[in-house]
Amino acid sequence: MTRSFLGWPAFPEAAEREVGNRQLRENVRRATHTIRGKRAVLAAERPDWEALRDAAAGIKDQVLANLESHLLQVEEKVTAAGGTVHWARDAAEANRIVTDLVRATGEREIVKVKSMLTEEIGLDAALEAAGINARETDLAATIVQLGDDLPSHVVVPALHRNRTEIRDIFVREMGRHGRPAPEGLTDEPAELAEAARLHLREKFLGAKVAVSGANFLVAETGTLVVVESEGNGRMCLTLADTLISVVGIEKTVPSWQDLEVFLQLLARNATGERMAPYTSTWTGLGPSKGADGDGPQTFHLVLVDNGRTRALADPTGRQALRCIRCGACMNICPVYERTGGHAYGSVYPGPIGAILNPLLKGLDDPQTASLPYASTLCGACNEVCPVRIRFTDVLLDLRAQVADGGKHPVERAALGAVGGVMEHQAAWKAAVKSIGLVGPLLLPRKIRLPGPLGGWTDSRTVPAIPRESFRTWWKRTEGDAK
Amino acid sequence: MPPNDPGPRTALFVTCLNDTLFPGTGRATVTLLRRLGVEVDFPPAQSCCGQMHFNTGYRKETAKLARHFVDTFGGYDRIVVPSASCAGMPAEAYPQAAVGDPGLAREVAELAPRVVELTEYLTDRLGVVEVGAYFPHRVTYHPTCHSLRATRLGERPYRLLRAVSGIDFVELPAQDECCGFGGTFSVKNPAVSGAMNGDKARHVLETGVSVLAAVDNSCLMNIGGRLNRDGHPVRTLHLVEILARTEQDGPMPGLPVVEGAR
Ligand code: SF4
Repeated sequence: MTRSFLGWPAFPEAAEREVGNRQLRENVRRATHTIRGKRAVLAAERPDWEALRDAAAGIKDQVLANLESHLLQVEEKVTAAGGTVHWARDAAEANRIVTDLVRATGEREIVKVKSMLTEEIGLDAALEAAGINARETDLAATIVQLGDDLPSHVVVPALHRNRTEIRDIFVREMGRHGRPAPEGLTDEPAELAEAARLHLREKFLGAKVAVSGANFLVAETGTLVVVESEGNGRMCLTLADTLISVVGIEKTVPSWQDLEVFLQLLARNATGERMAPYTSTWTGLGPSKGADGDGPQTFHLVLVDNGRTRALADPTGRQALRCIRCGACMNICPVYERTGGHAYGSVYPGPIGAILNPLLKGLDDPQTASLPYASTLCGACNEVCPVRIRFTDVLLDLRAQVADGGKHPVERAALGAVGGVMEHQAAWKAAVKSIGLVGPLLLPRKIRLPGPLGGWTDSRTVPAIPRESFRTWWKRTEGDAK
Repeated sequence: MPPNDPGPRTALFVTCLNDTLFPGTGRATVTLLRRLGVEVDFPPAQSCCGQMHFNTGYRKETAKLARHFVDTFGGYDRIVVPSASCAGMPAEAYPQAAVGDPGLAREVAELAPRVVELTEYLTDRLGVVEVGAYFPHRVTYHPTCHSLRATRLGERPYRLLRAVSGIDFVELPAQDECCGFGGTFSVKNPAVSGAMNGDKARHVLETGVSVLAAVDNSCLMNIGGRLNRDGHPVRTLHLVEILARTEQDGPMPGLPVVEGAR
């Protein structure tokens, strides 16, 4: 059975469990710090870095403001180039369309190019239910799939695994799904990569159908773009007879000139490389419409909404749709560093997950409503996002939506106690009460408070209350310290 | 300045946290500013800036506190704040809280540029770095997230600290990482907050200092609470409490004195 995030607990609960996992914390800390460092060096290398970020944000905003016309242009161009365009309102519709398309080919085993959208909609599980085995071909995605695990990062889905764990998964699982791991496999990265290469090669050569996502959709020509490091994507995109690309509607950029901006930002910000090793582009079946026998003979593009128009309707939140899934916000996030990605209960973890999931799904579910609070508002993400998403603004706005929704009655009673007459102590006390501090402040040290306040005193003592407040001192001395 | 011009009217917004729990920070601010020739006024009507309300999502309540802030401080030319995060409220949060109240929005826009964080006030408005302070102890500094990425104090606090006579200043490893406080975050997500705070406390201990300084007592309360719970004698002090001390005061009681300091 394919694992899923369905029914996942709210962030505090899930996070507490993950934080307690020392191995996981060490794996995530190492990985995030490594990518963080590489990114910082490569971003600093470009004198026009800030200007590129401005341009990228501006282009995405312009696309989002005119999404409909850009998408219609995509449809026209893809159709003219021999492809078929499908529109899916939600995950169920998208899964049904893809399942029907694969069924029509009669194939039972297909290959996939790593795609967060297909993870978001749970495509693998839907295909599995229809008796179709979809095999991942990206190394990290393969590790997650073989381990019957869930992705924890948008660029490196197996970021939470170290190489020893990966070796064990390969040894245990590869044989059950095809070519087994070589005898005596060690946890040397080169050996692990070779084992994956051998295992996957069989899949590429045998597959007649491939499913991909896309990093960008160039509207002026209807061209799809996949950016990757390993070349597995290129193999799937060119070897299969039938190619089905499932793409979120926000992936559109107007022109190739606009694409240039994103290609300069993406690899540097995502993996700390000057350029991604493989950038594949294709337009329908190409000018020959597949008549030359080269590449796929059938191409389908499934355009997916699944909450994106809902996010678009949120004036502050819509900037989350600028995201190009570079992963930099999770790599820099001190919360993600301690919890890993699974705590966010979604394939989109970290800062972008904390805002995007509530925007896509709404705030009615306690799990999504907990996400805007999964941040200290430290603002580190604001500084690395290539499309200048102001996470802190969106988080605060979503918190206001949660607060207005009356989801926290106790907290509202405390913080809502701002009367017409502004009595200093009252407002302050209300504030501290809301964060559970007023209790500890009045209590002796080394005590554990009951209920929701216990967490604070688990790891800290609280300061003693001074005998004289500042304002009493001022009244007494008029500020004369001597 | 003409002979009869009393100069800019300067108010101290001490912040509710400092008033109640860290009055020493307020006293040190007054002492330091007097030494530098600035008479501050303390309008007693002042209350809470509403940061906790705003950060938890309570915008209407924040608007009420913004209205009160504007009424209390509207008559001053400068409002000095010994807290980077509270100092940022009028410029960063009040405009959003005032959405739908154009009158308040106008007054906020007019007042916000006059509200200034203490170290910025010292270096940029008064133009001083050497403030005549003496502090013969080993000190490190944690740049709180707000002071680093919102108020953008940059080098200012470091310049002030390095100019202190007798000080042994040590850089904090991984200093730009959040301490995990985040107000409401530390209560809603105590386990994650505790993990972040634990790492911060470990870095502080690596420096071997006797004092950790910052420009936000909320973060210091968080880190200090951890150090204290684990039995480490490191003191946490708002930076102004270091700047306010002079040679006359001598070393701070209870702290090891740095070798070679006068
Ligand atoms: S939100 Fe920004 S930093 Fe985070 S993954 Fe998306 S583009 Fe990258």
